[in-house]
Amino acid sequence: MPIIDLANPSRFLALVGRLSPWLAAATLLAFAYGLSQAYLAPDDYQQGATAKIMFIHVPSAWLAMGCWAVMTIAALGTLVWRHPLADVAAKAAAPIGAAFTLICLVTGSLWGRPMWGTYWVWDARLTSVLVLFLMYLGVIALWRTIDDPSRAARAAAVLTLVGAVNLPIIKFSVDWWNTLHQPASVVRLGAPAMHPAILTPLLIMAVAFLLLFLTLHLAAMRNEIMRRRVRTMLMMQADAAAGS
Amino acid sequence: MTALSALLLRDMRLAVRVGGGALIGVLFFLIVVTLMPFAIGPDLVLLARIGPAILWLGALLASLLALDRLIAADHEDGSLDLILMGRVPLELTVAVKAVAHWLTTGLPLVIAVPLLGLLLNLDPKATGAVALTLLIGTPALTFIGLIGAALSVALRRGGLLLAVLVLPLTIPVLIFGVAASNAAIVGPVAFGTPLTILSAFTLASIVLGPFAAAAALRHGME
Repeated sequence: MPIIDLANPSRFLALVGRLSPWLAAATLLAFAYGLSQAYLAPDDYQQGATAKIMFIHVPSAWLAMGCWAVMTIAALGTLVWRHPLADVAAKAAAPIGAAFTLICLVTGSLWGRPMWGTYWVWDARLTSVLVLFLMYLGVIALWRTIDDPSRAARAAAVLTLVGAVNLPIIKFSVDWWNTLHQPASVVRLGAPAMHPAILTPLLIMAVAFLLLFLTLHLAAMRNEIMRRRVRTMLMMQADAAAGS
Repeated sequence: MTALSALLLRDMRLAVRVGGGALIGVLFFLIVVTLMPFAIGPDLVLLARIGPAILWLGALLASLLALDRLIAADHEDGSLDLILMGRVPLELTVAVKAVAHWLTTGLPLVIAVPLLGLLLNLDPKATGAVALTLLIGTPALTFIGLIGAALSVALRRGGLLLAVLVLPLTIPVLIFGVAASNAAIVGPVAFGTPLTILSAFTLASIVLGPFAAAAALRHGME
């Protein structure tokens, strides 16, 4: 079956139905392995065990930005290629991305209180991630305010593309400005600046978070397709009742 | 007379003659600036220190509230459909509408700054700095607001949604506008640095705003 067949919602639903249990199981296993490795990882020489918030904070930050990137590709799919499932993917991804951003902000805030002495500071990295969170909420609001799903899809696609300019600002904010948040340690020119004893559990947790995103995203896409079918059936029922 | 200049004159005439135009925006600006000392306290030294920020916030909110006159008013009386069907490229049309909107709504805010600077105990140098940064920054606010106005054009209850969509995008303009004003007053950063970045934001929004707004209008109308 060529991959283009997945553009058919029914075939896509069938595939998701087969994949979901395996993805959920893989997510649970990855989290179990990742969390156990994080527990066994050595304490930081300065911060002690508190530094292990990083194993949740950093992957959720990566997913928060990655989710907006997925939404941007889906937005291009809606506006440029008119892919049938692109708007379903975008609508399903928005709340998941907002949740990851919120987890990133909250865990970072809890980490900052013992380490920096403050729950919040208005430096470039924290401010741009907060703006990303506000933009996620704005996209969700736009989806819910426009009634017709396909019109809402195109409006949300334009807004997603405009908001994509925030992603490089977040990534490079620690380089362009003098920030309290530390500079990049993993995704940078030159090798990662972390010891493998810490880097390996971090990457395992990143894979676990990615599997979590895939599981939740596919399940949400399935729910959205079902929701649209229910809406269509209700409209057909209303039409039939009005016509008789 | 070309179509674009006719559209410009039409929008400017409507803004001046129909209610909710330039003077209401300036009145809202005045009210916001008047409210601040009630909340902050009448300490003149403190007001002079945060005066540029108060003026920038007031101008931002005033230009935000005027945005629903930009496209939604045309949508209600049907002229937006005529504009969409015209031969002039939609990007140019919405850009001209945004220019007319800035001339009738943004520019009066800039003209009101010297008077409001007196209320906030700003010295002439600070007032001049704020007025210059607002002169450069209010077009950015209008053209970024154009995107939000185009996205929420057909919504009846879209008022707050427009604010939620536009405000995160205007945060960089606000940051650099206030930074430039403060740099002129207290230093040590040179005034030119944030002013140049603010000008870059304005120029970028003048180019990108009409494209995003035209895409939103094309795809958003049934």
